[in-house]
Amino acid sequence: MTKSDAMIEFRDVHKYYGDYHALRGITATIRPGEFFSLLGPSGCGKTTLLRTIAGFEDISSGAVLIDGRDMAGVPANKRPTNMVFQSYAIFPHLSVEENVGFGLRRDARSKEEKAKAVAEALEMVGLKGYGKRAAHALSGGQRQRVALARALILKPKVLLLDEPLSALDKKMREQMQVELIKLQRQVGITFILVTHDQEEALVMSDRIAVMFEGEIAQLADPETLYRRPNSRKVADFIGTMNFLPAKVLEEGADAVEIDAAGFGRIHIEAKQVMGGATAEGATVGFRPETLTILYEGSAASDRESMATIEEVVYFGDMTYYDVKIDGTESPVRISMRNVFGRPVLDRGARARVGWSPGALVLFR
Amino acid sequence: MKSPVFRSYAIIYLIFLYAPIILLPLFAFNDSKVIAFPLQGFTTAWFREMWEDVTLWNAVQNSLIISISVAVISTLLGLFAARSSTRFNFPAKAGIMGLIMLPMVLPEMILAMALLVVLLAIGVELSLLTIILGHVLVCTPFAVAILSSAFQSLDQSLEEAAYDLGETPISTFWLIILPLVMPGIISSLLICFTISLDEFIIAYFLGGTDTVLSVYIYGQFRFPAKVPAIMALGTILVLLSIALLATAEYFRRRGIAKAGGKDTGGFL
Repeated sequence: MTKSDAMIEFRDVHKYYGDYHALRGITATIRPGEFFSLLGPSGCGKTTLLRTIAGFEDISSGAVLIDGRDMAGVPANKRPTNMVFQSYAIFPHLSVEENVGFGLRRDARSKEEKAKAVAEALEMVGLKGYGKRAAHALSGGQRQRVALARALILKPKVLLLDEPLSALDKKMREQMQVELIKLQRQVGITFILVTHDQEEALVMSDRIAVMFEGEIAQLADPETLYRRPNSRKVADFIGTMNFLPAKVLEEGADAVEIDAAGFGRIHIEAKQVMGGATAEGATVGFRPETLTILYEGSAASDRESMATIEEVVYFGDMTYYDVKIDGTESPVRISMRNVFGRPVLDRGARARVGWSPGALVLFR
Repeated sequence: MKSPVFRSYAIIYLIFLYAPIILLPLFAFNDSKVIAFPLQGFTTAWFREMWEDVTLWNAVQNSLIISISVAVISTLLGLFAARSSTRFNFPAKAGIMGLIMLPMVLPEMILAMALLVVLLAIGVELSLLTIILGHVLVCTPFAVAILSSAFQSLDQSLEEAAYDLGETPISTFWLIILPLVMPGIISSLLICFTISLDEFIIAYFLGGTDTVLSVYIYGQFRFPAKVPAIMALGTILVLLSIALLATAEYFRRRGIAKAGGKDTGGFL
């Protein structure tokens, strides 16, 4: 691997807290200029992993490399990384511009040049003219921006973001997600985001590492992660997925024939076959939007099944139907975009459900 | 709270608490050597008598030396203890902190006796220094309590942020931690000063030939003629104490507001 391919490289990183094994052999590469997310439930080790990059956490074994340089023994204040903290960690006794310019204290530049850099950084995050304000009087969203400006002013090779949006309300969070993506494109710095919000990770990232219990379960781009999760656990964590028990009938080199209750015999291509089944055995999984309720005159589908609608959840732009496909035990969820002029179906109605074997994933 | 029973309870409670203190200025300005009603007329003679008393000034000087030293030493020790207890984990932390805080609830008489026995046994001469030693023991828990609350309201990521932005642990302490806990430090200095100033038992037990203010006042009560002047002195001390405590509380609250925390308790 050449140097330019890896901004961050984890080589079999382990971390113990006493007896607790927090990181269990992390090996991964983060590319330069990438928006990378560490996604997982709380306690999965994602924040610990982020802090090993920043230098706040020593590793028990393995190596962390930043831009090809082994970081062993390099303290946090000498690493080419800067961090946006979950609490923002704005210095409450300093003004906005003193906060933003804090990292320039040891810089040899003149006072005027530093003031210019601070003004530029504030403008970049949309806080032009806020320099003189007291930092503790800012709103949550503004603190977030100050924290970003303060971290970016040093032009780090890597910007580390520890759940930066979790304290904001939903609207503000969605707005900041878009702004962060734009900012990342503008500065071209590698961003590494820690989040437990799968939607946030999907929206923002070029690539995502899904972590469970100190290990990376899957590292992929958002679409692969969503379409072809490599285990039931990942599938369950990212979005909604329906699962039905399946029986493997015939195994070929590039495809598997299965029998799934209600769906009949299905031909599944090898790239859609994953490991990571649970104790229940093989399961077939599919996202709610890969099934369609067929109305009169709908375009024909690859395959069709008959079903009974058990529950209707109306969301305005979407409707979720929980339907029981004939011959199956438990209901599955189907999401349908509401189209003007097409009625929302009632509970208890019978419906034709269309689906395509290409959208199914087999976990075995 | 609307019940008249509760209201009268509250009023009676406050009267019992503060009425004796109100008597101080009343008799300090009363033109009579006898402390008794009815009042005889207005005079400032007792304040003049007090002002001209050389032994009193000597006692004040001794007390100031002790109280200022105690405030500084206790606050410094408190700073170390509070910092380590809020920031680091070490074996037997709870036990060690408990032992540091213990003198707060231990009867001062026991402390004073124990110290006296030990000091005499190892042959240390009683002086202002021995009083300072005793007072530091009593005041340090208060300093630790005040400073711990100041350190606890500090977000740990503030330190990490400064470190992350290129500062060293020492410069981080100067630039971030110290300014943010400064109100707590001032508050601790003032509280320790006040506690030491009016402490009696230890000062009485461990004082050598040098008299401090509290012991001096107690001694003066043996002479009825001196009592009105003591009332005048008491009046001044009450005003000074209120001013000091109010200042301490002001700094404590400002510190909490600055760090963006919530007020949970305090002395006033």
